[in-house]
Amino acid sequence: MEFFFETLGLAESAKLLSLSPPGWGGNLLRGLANSMQIAFGAFGFGLLIGLFGAYGKLYGGVVLRDLLAVYTTVIRAVPELVLILILYYVGTDLINKISEVMGYGRVEISGVVAGIWVLGVVQGAYATEVLRGAIQAVSPGQIEAARAYGMPPFMLMRRVTIPAMMSFATPGLANLWLIATKDTALLAIVGFSELTLETRQAAASTRAYFTFFLAAGALYLIVTLCSGAVFARIEKWARRGQPSLKRAGR
Amino acid sequence: MGGADVLSREPIGTTQAARDADADSAGQDEAIRVTDLHKSFGTLEVLKGVSLTAQKGDVVAIIGGSGSGKSTFLRCINFLETPSAGQIIVNGEEIRMRQDGSPVDRRQIERIRTRLGMVFQAFNLWTHRTLLENVIEVPVYVLKVPRDEAIKLARRLLERVGLGDKADTFPAFLSGGQQQRAAIARALAVEPSVMLFDEPTSALDPELVGEVLTVIRDLAAEGRTMLLVTHEMKFAREVATHVVYLFEGRIEEQGPPEQLFGSPQSARLQQFLQTVG
Repeated sequence: MEFFFETLGLAESAKLLSLSPPGWGGNLLRGLANSMQIAFGAFGFGLLIGLFGAYGKLYGGVVLRDLLAVYTTVIRAVPELVLILILYYVGTDLINKISEVMGYGRVEISGVVAGIWVLGVVQGAYATEVLRGAIQAVSPGQIEAARAYGMPPFMLMRRVTIPAMMSFATPGLANLWLIATKDTALLAIVGFSELTLETRQAAASTRAYFTFFLAAGALYLIVTLCSGAVFARIEKWARRGQPSLKRAGR
Repeated sequence: MGGADVLSREPIGTTQAARDADADSAGQDEAIRVTDLHKSFGTLEVLKGVSLTAQKGDVVAIIGGSGSGKSTFLRCINFLETPSAGQIIVNGEEIRMRQDGSPVDRRQIERIRTRLGMVFQAFNLWTHRTLLENVIEVPVYVLKVPRDEAIKLARRLLERVGLGDKADTFPAFLSGGQQQRAAIARALAVEPSVMLFDEPTSALDPELVGEVLTVIRDLAAEGRTMLLVTHEMKFAREVATHVVYLFEGRIEEQGPPEQLFGSPQSARLQQFLQTVG
């Protein structure tokens, strides 16, 4: 192994990237784990917001619909970096204020929770629109059939609407997931040690910028490739029962 | 098992108690009683007071031109459309409505709906589920029938409508006629007290109509109560025990099929029968 790296002239890089100190590989992987944790949390939180948002926009009253319109418009209008700064500082400040009023003093807010909350709110706005479109694409007859057989609303959502809309929603949700994995990098600005911040620190300490950013890029790429494989399976499952378009197009 | 009759046959001069008892015994055989049903979409009044009673075992065919309100009438019975006014009694249970016709109790509607097997013009099978899954869906999840029991019944029903070998196929891979027969099996799976057919053959290619009508004919022959909105006049004449002709939201004429098709009284019905052949 050593010889292999030696001949390729990569011995220095391999040493820098090794998992145990003085190598920085461990730090990078820890950063990746943090990034993934936040991406998962934010995507899930965003889906939850999106589901409520989509149902609210489609079936809610006038006030709820207007509030949701403001939410999706504002969030999608403001650059994410700015939103993260606003939501992060406003969020932590608000919690501290409340906690001080209640007499607990300042509280330490976990970076992971803050990250999930901030990115989740951003994701929720996009997910609302993705899911709203998908629900509207379900043929009304299928929902009507479920109503005609006495399905209560929640069961109808779980057994008919959500499975039927999944094939329409999956491509959009896959996009959102990939955006979530990369948006975690923006949290570097509030000092959260995710992959990008870890990489920058490693690079700055060793002056091996090229090595570390290339390594980080490879890690992001691996995440994307794995996600692609997972979403391909999900999409295949979601499209069960639908004839393939390829055959129809011929 | 008499014909459906809108007119009250109540004897005059009986006591209230006797009348109540009478109504009760009549209610025993009554599958559906609709009284003075109105429905408006905005300013457009689609149903202008339709009354209809179906006894158990009746096959009531509802005919009429497009826009006559026949589908709307059928859809009001299970509240897929909310009536504007009127009274609906299913198996002796009155659907409680507010002043504006909206239901008082969502659960009551849901309970009543489970006993009304509806078959739609566009089949409306759940496309992400196989035929078997479509048929067991309501029994298992709404009626809480044990799964293996539901599957056994579903296989029998699919066999019955001639789709025994298609149980694991998805609807999109079947012809319209097959899909509609599966939809009928789905309706039968809830052991409905009344079956509602909303133009079941209107979306089918002519050569596929026959196979669906055969299934419906069998169901009529075994004495199932059915309300059937249809354009198939020959079929209506053959299977119906009672025919109702709707014109612009009102019952223009009704009676046994021989009378209605044989010697129609109203000029509009005569004209209608001529145009549809």
